[in-house]
Amino acid sequence: MLEIKNLHASVGGKEILKGVDLIINDGEIHALMGTNGAGKSTLSNIIVGHPAYEVTEGSITFNGQDLLAMKPEERAHAGIFLSFQQPIEIPGVSMTNFLRTAVNERRKYLGLDPLKSTDFLKQMREKRKLVELDSKLVNRSVNEGFSGGEKKRNEIFQMAMLEPTFCILDETDSGLDVDALRIVAEGFNKLKTEQTSAIIITHYQRLLDYIRPDKVHVLLNGRIVKTGDAELAKTIEDKGFDWIKDEAEN
Amino acid sequence: MTHSEQQYIDLYNNYSEVIKAHSAAVLNGPRDAAFRHFASMGLPTMKKEEYKYTDVQKAFSPDYGLNFKRIEIPTDPFEVFRCNVPNLSTLLYFVVNDLCYKDNPHLKDDNGIFLGSIKQAPEEVKQTFCGLYTRNADTATDAVTALNTALAQDAFMVYVPRNRQLNKTLQVINLLHSKTDLMVNRRVMVVLEEGADATLLFCDHAMDSVRFLATQVTEIYCSDNSRLDMYELEENHILCTRFSNTYVSVGSDCTVSLNNITLYNGTTRNTIRVRLEGEHSEVTLNGCVIADKNQKVDNNTLIEHLVPHCTSNELYRYVIDDSAVGAFAGRILVHPGAQKTVSQETNANLCATKEARMYSQPMLEIYADDVKCSHGSTVGVLDENALFYMQQRGIPSDEARMLLKFAFISQVCEKIKLEPLRERLNYLVNKRFRGQLSKCTGCSLCK
Ligand SMILES: Nc1ncnc2c1ncn2[C@@H]1O[C@H](COP(=O)(O)OP(=O)(O)OP(=O)(O)O)[C@@H](O)[C@H]1O
Ligand SMILES: [Mg+2]
Repeated sequence: MLEIKNLHASVGGKEILKGVDLIINDGEIHALMGTNGAGKSTLSNIIVGHPAYEVTEGSITFNGQDLLAMKPEERAHAGIFLSFQQPIEIPGVSMTNFLRTAVNERRKYLGLDPLKSTDFLKQMREKRKLVELDSKLVNRSVNEGFSGGEKKRNEIFQMAMLEPTFCILDETDSGLDVDALRIVAEGFNKLKTEQTSAIIITHYQRLLDYIRPDKVHVLLNGRIVKTGDAELAKTIEDKGFDWIKDEAEN
Repeated sequence: MTHSEQQYIDLYNNYSEVIKAHSAAVLNGPRDAAFRHFASMGLPTMKKEEYKYTDVQKAFSPDYGLNFKRIEIPTDPFEVFRCNVPNLSTLLYFVVNDLCYKDNPHLKDDNGIFLGSIKQAPEEVKQTFCGLYTRNADTATDAVTALNTALAQDAFMVYVPRNRQLNKTLQVINLLHSKTDLMVNRRVMVVLEEGADATLLFCDHAMDSVRFLATQVTEIYCSDNSRLDMYELEENHILCTRFSNTYVSVGSDCTVSLNNITLYNGTTRNTIRVRLEGEHSEVTLNGCVIADKNQKVDNNTLIEHLVPHCTSNELYRYVIDDSAVGAFAGRILVHPGAQKTVSQETNANLCATKEARMYSQPMLEIYADDVKCSHGSTVGVLDENALFYMQQRGIPSDEARMLLKFAFISQVCEKIKLEPLRERLNYLVNKRFRGQLSKCTGCSLCK
């Protein structure tokens, strides 16, 4: 369970989050919507511990642990995964080497021996098929020269390799073509277990047609101003955010 | 006259007869003249453009011992030092301090190839040596070269006659081995006649934790249509100072590549001077530097295009950590008339801490109008976003930093053509970044 209480945060001295409260229970899928610049990526970056963001007030606990006191890699080991809105290119670091290190660091944390090379490669092959990621891409440097859609697919591939229990998908749907969207969403659904919970950040209904949210939140100007069920996303698709803004002001 | 200079002048005045008496005779010819050059020039100060990043005075000021009487150190390097790049079967030679090891398998084969101490060379090879000695390594222009010429007593000779090739890589291991602070003066000559072909690997290792000062002058003569692939790997320790001056003349239709790797050192200055004297030749200079703590590495290169239709490529990459200091000054000089020159020079550097310093100075001087030349230099820091991305995937920050440094340096390691060395280097660089190479006990090249 992830519990966010009265979270205030700023970046570069500018306050972005102005008191966010959110509880996500195991197995729940929450969609997070909101206008550009509302603070959605800021919230995800804070959950995973990006050093550029400063928490000025409030708390986040994950399965009872004080998340804000943990290093980014410790949060990852605890099972938190962020599919970045803009995945980073790392020239010179091969996908294989990167993932082998990541998988084995997680295993070390869990008290397991490193995977044997053959087992690791087998796992790579299986998970790659799940999201239909071209084998050529895994032989390249991390995200280097990947198209926008390929990068998103690669995020879900990494998720498959690392088997997190709490996932944040930050606009994973943007940049994916119609078929890719279906493949990635179906891949996510296959990876999901009873315990897996997630925040799905999106601007569109179409991803939510595949991954059905239990709750939909609207973040505007640093606060969650409205929460509803899956229908809320459809209303937003039709009517935009203005009516919610009006509601919030009154 | 500074204290540093004076002690070498006194040394020579007192010991020149001993030096000569215990030297290979062929090295005595230019000795007195070289000393006079040294005495009149003195050691360069940091005001001198070419040495502005290395404090030569300081490097030469400690009171080092020298072994003019050529007393052999009673160890068998083949026993104490099993240094092999696995999967690379080499012709293995040792130079202990500045003595060619007495039991080196000196090769004088039927093809006329000679490898080994000039003392053991056949008469014709000695004559070749005398004809070329100090021709490329001018003692009037560089004080370190002058001092080395005044003090060196033996030379390692690589002589490959016309159209012959070394069928294996020659590996020369320069061991520094002493109980007290020691200065050594090594000399190397490489002569490739027309159409000759050789791959050479020089490895520097310091075996004891005392201070060493090593000067080394390498003269390389590549005749027309020859091919040279040369590697130098320094793996010394923090108390070592290395001054290496390499002079190369290149005839026509040659392919020459010089690869310089500083894996572990104290203070290092590598000078390379290449003269392209014949058309349609190609020269490649690769450099790879890893420095941390308070190590200093200064690479100073000059490639002169004297004739048309030659190509030069230069790539140096540095990873500077802690409060180490790196310097790179690479000058490409295209003389009038050297049309159709193609030259590319790149120096890319990574400073891993705020205290790390890098001085980068690529220089392109062109006096011909029909050329294609480019140069570039970058000094970067570790990409914070990339580090964070890796941490988010569960890779601890130290490990993530290591991966980035490794990625950065591997872009020059990839250029190494000698495959077993390339593989070995990946392994060594990895160990180096993990701090597992910091002590050189015997040989860290060994498993
Ligand atoms: N590193 C940063 N430095 C400066 N400002 C930042 C930084 N990161 C975010 N911001 C600012 O914080 C605000 C919120 O940005 P954030 O990325 O969280 O928005 P978002 O809700 O994810 O928007 P979008 O839907 O466009 O992705 C924006 O005004 C943005 O410019
Ligand atoms: Mg965003």
